[in-house]
Amino acid sequence: MTEVVQAKLTRKDFQSDQEVRWCPGCGDYVILAQVQKLMPELGIAKENIAFVSGIGCSSRFPYYMNTYGFHTIHGRAPAIATGLKASRPDLQVWVVTGDGDALSIGGNHFIHALRRNVDLKILLFNNRIYGLTKGQASPTSELGKKAKSTPYGTIDAPFNPIHLALGAGATFVGRTSDNDPVHLMEMLRRTAQHKGSAFLEILQNCVVFNDATFESFTAKEVRDSKQIYMQHGKPLTYAGGTKGLRLTDGHAELLDLATNGKAATPMTWNEQADVSAAFALASCHTPDYPEPVGVFRAVDRPVHHMLQEEQGVAVRTKLGAGNLSKLLRAGDTWTIS
Amino acid sequence: MEPSTTKSPLPPRKSREVSAVTIRFCGDSGDGMQFTGSEFTRISALAGNDLQTLPDFPAEIRAPVGTLAGVSGFQVQFSSAPVFTPGDAPEVLVAMNPAALKSNLSDLVRGGTLIMNTGAFTQQNLDKAGYKSNPLEDGSLSAYRVHSIDISKLTTTALAETGLSAREVGRAKNMFALGMMLWMYSRPMEPTVKFLEQKFGKTPEIAAGNVKALKAGYYYGETAEIFSETIHVAPAALPPGTYRSISGNESTALGLVAVSELSGLKVFLGTYPITPASDILHELSKHRNFNVFTFQAEDEIAAVGAALGAAFGGNLGVTTTSGPGVALMQETIGLALTVELPLLVINVQRGGPSTGLPTKTEQADLLQAICGRNGEAPVPVLAASGPADCFEAVLEAARLAIRYMTPVILLTDGFIANGQEPWMLPEVEKLARFEPKFRTDPKDYKVYLRDPKTMARAWVRPGTPGLEHRIGGLEKDSLSGNVSYDPENHETMVKTRAAKVAGIADEIPKLSVLGPAKGDLLVLGWGSTCGAIQQAVQQLQAKGHSVAAVHLRHLNPLPKDLGEILKRYKKVVIPELNLGQLQMLVRARYLVDAQGIHKIQGKPFRVSELVHALEAHLS
Repeated sequence: MTEVVQAKLTRKDFQSDQEVRWCPGCGDYVILAQVQKLMPELGIAKENIAFVSGIGCSSRFPYYMNTYGFHTIHGRAPAIATGLKASRPDLQVWVVTGDGDALSIGGNHFIHALRRNVDLKILLFNNRIYGLTKGQASPTSELGKKAKSTPYGTIDAPFNPIHLALGAGATFVGRTSDNDPVHLMEMLRRTAQHKGSAFLEILQNCVVFNDATFESFTAKEVRDSKQIYMQHGKPLTYAGGTKGLRLTDGHAELLDLATNGKAATPMTWNEQADVSAAFALASCHTPDYPEPVGVFRAVDRPVHHMLQEEQGVAVRTKLGAGNLSKLLRAGDTWTIS
Repeated sequence: MEPSTTKSPLPPRKSREVSAVTIRFCGDSGDGMQFTGSEFTRISALAGNDLQTLPDFPAEIRAPVGTLAGVSGFQVQFSSAPVFTPGDAPEVLVAMNPAALKSNLSDLVRGGTLIMNTGAFTQQNLDKAGYKSNPLEDGSLSAYRVHSIDISKLTTTALAETGLSAREVGRAKNMFALGMMLWMYSRPMEPTVKFLEQKFGKTPEIAAGNVKALKAGYYYGETAEIFSETIHVAPAALPPGTYRSISGNESTALGLVAVSELSGLKVFLGTYPITPASDILHELSKHRNFNVFTFQAEDEIAAVGAALGAAFGGNLGVTTTSGPGVALMQETIGLALTVELPLLVINVQRGGPSTGLPTKTEQADLLQAICGRNGEAPVPVLAASGPADCFEAVLEAARLAIRYMTPVILLTDGFIANGQEPWMLPEVEKLARFEPKFRTDPKDYKVYLRDPKTMARAWVRPGTPGLEHRIGGLEKDSLSGNVSYDPENHETMVKTRAAKVAGIADEIPKLSVLGPAKGDLLVLGWGSTCGAIQQAVQQLQAKGHSVAAVHLRHLNPLPKDLGEILKRYKKVVIPELNLGQLQMLVRARYLVDAQGIHKIQGKPFRVSELVHALEAHLS
């Protein structure tokens, strides 16, 4: 793991003096605890870390982190964070957002941050509901979802956040849940280490407005049989190795390894494979398939602030350092004496 | 009339001395009128004239050829005396096709010179322009000095052996027209020849063709007996200094470069393309060798958001847009003012509402700038008064943003953004610096501790150890900055934000009054109407009227001495290119019965119409 260069920072150093005000039992507590636990091991001084958020329950996150923080406007965090990172590439910039914030009002900024490969760590707390406004359907609510705003069920098909991120050209796409702190921690670490836009969907429980929405596959007693943990270089198997997945004609195919034995070979997962494989995996959902968690994609692509820096150097080499007086006098001038 | 083709000996042509000329070039969007007008302007500027320009073009990139919708025009007034406006009405109209004639003729002064490209007066073009009969033949132009010249054919003949295609030849006829006008106004051809050779450097045959057309037009003017005289406009007696011709958008961009030098901050421009503001981005993006960075965002919300993100990072965030863009940005401007970070928002106003008139000018975003956000959300608002003044206005707006830790809105408009005038270049060493002091001392730091004089909170760059803090859009405790729902605290914060912005008035310089210190009429203006108002007021003063003018740079807060000045005149009249927005503010603030003069046609005031309207208030 990353060498700890900072003088013995601990989780406590990253806790602000603010009282955490999420509902008792909210999944956000687990995520906050894991992020605060991760921070010391990153070896980055806390003054060089900034958390930027939009609006929503998740977006209160920066208030609880003893780093630099900016609680901004509904949906706009990726745009504001882009300006921060582009102008201050020396900072590590995190974006904390939710399904309404990132995928509804902020959809445009979300996809553009990903296509530019801005070096942001984007944590999307997906609870498939609007919590702060007290229980309306969100862009990830399942079709037919009955909520305050949709008493007869929503007729709007949901987004698949992973598909959206992959389609936008994200260079790191991961998925985990608040129900599995160990996996959550591992995914947060991978997110922090990625160079470029890193997108992590965290399935998060809203205890008040959408309780247990992911429970059927994230609960401790069922998750090994209902989830498939994607691991780079390892075969795609689950349920104690008795089941597996492979790609057939671009689709994921379920394999019963217990019955078919060696006749069926599960796919070896490759985070750098063609994006179509990640798309196919991200299409898997219960009850027909296991729910995939882990890293869908992790590839290198030129990072926004690096390109910016290279271009700046090239222009300065070509034009020389700017001289304001010369610039003002460029082109046709005439003198009146 | 058939021009004479006799080459020599030429009788010496008369040259007449004239103090000011207003010319308008007009033609189809594809006829290159903006290019022709700009180049003629450049040559006039190099000749030392004072001048102002008024480009006027359709929003469509290429409306159907030959139609009224596709007419593009460029007007310039150049003079040996100070010039305040692009001229009320052209004395010379160059019309490249029937549609251009039809839509511009009514502006030409009676007895003015009309130069027409007869080659474009085909039946088809006459039909497209809606002419029932050919104006060249029906006597309808008898009030003007008409020069009917087949510019199309003369250009084709001149370029016959160049090997250029018919299309390329057709595109060179504007250079023939320019050549004629250069001859008519006793201008040299060399600078334009040089410019064409540079512009078409990659296609020397096109360059040669354009130069040939230019020369053909010039020699045609010299040779043909149609112009009885050439006209000479002497250099203007401008104050000593080095000058260049500049548009408002260019000087805005150069102002932003200057801001980076004078503040020591990186200027981060987050912006989204919008007419008529995009040229600021185009210009600034060239200057990456300075401490500036331009970011073309996915929309205006992201543009201003990125700028605010940069400001949080300790840079000067700037955004450039027009009215519809500001409408999208207001929520973020509100955030900037409540978190108290500097942010510069430049609104190049255009005709509204909605998409409105993208390429036309208007001053109807003043109330949007001052009042356009939710909640009690005061923002300093400034306006530039002319193309060159944009430079100074940008420096002042940026200085206030940094000093008071606040978003500042600077208003320019389409007229001054695209219009040009001579600019006396400042000496960079003499420009006042305005570096911010970032706080680095963690001792007793509170996020909303304020400077006792400016009431600004301290700016802390992320990366500063021991000063980690959180800011946000929720109401915050007046000292610690922690989220606070306390009723008393909210009222304190609302009043504090208002007082901070109001306090800027303490350092606004005293207003200068053009004319008597008291009298019958005060004409109060703001923004791009400055030139027209000044000239109108001077004309009224010359007629013996007791009239004065005051022009505002600062619109929020208003200068402290304004209220007292307003009371020294029997009447106050406020001309605006809107329905009376400053008028409403002045009436509300000072209980003065200010009257308005309103024009909402997408065009600047003419001096004559202001004189006329003001005379009505004097009688």
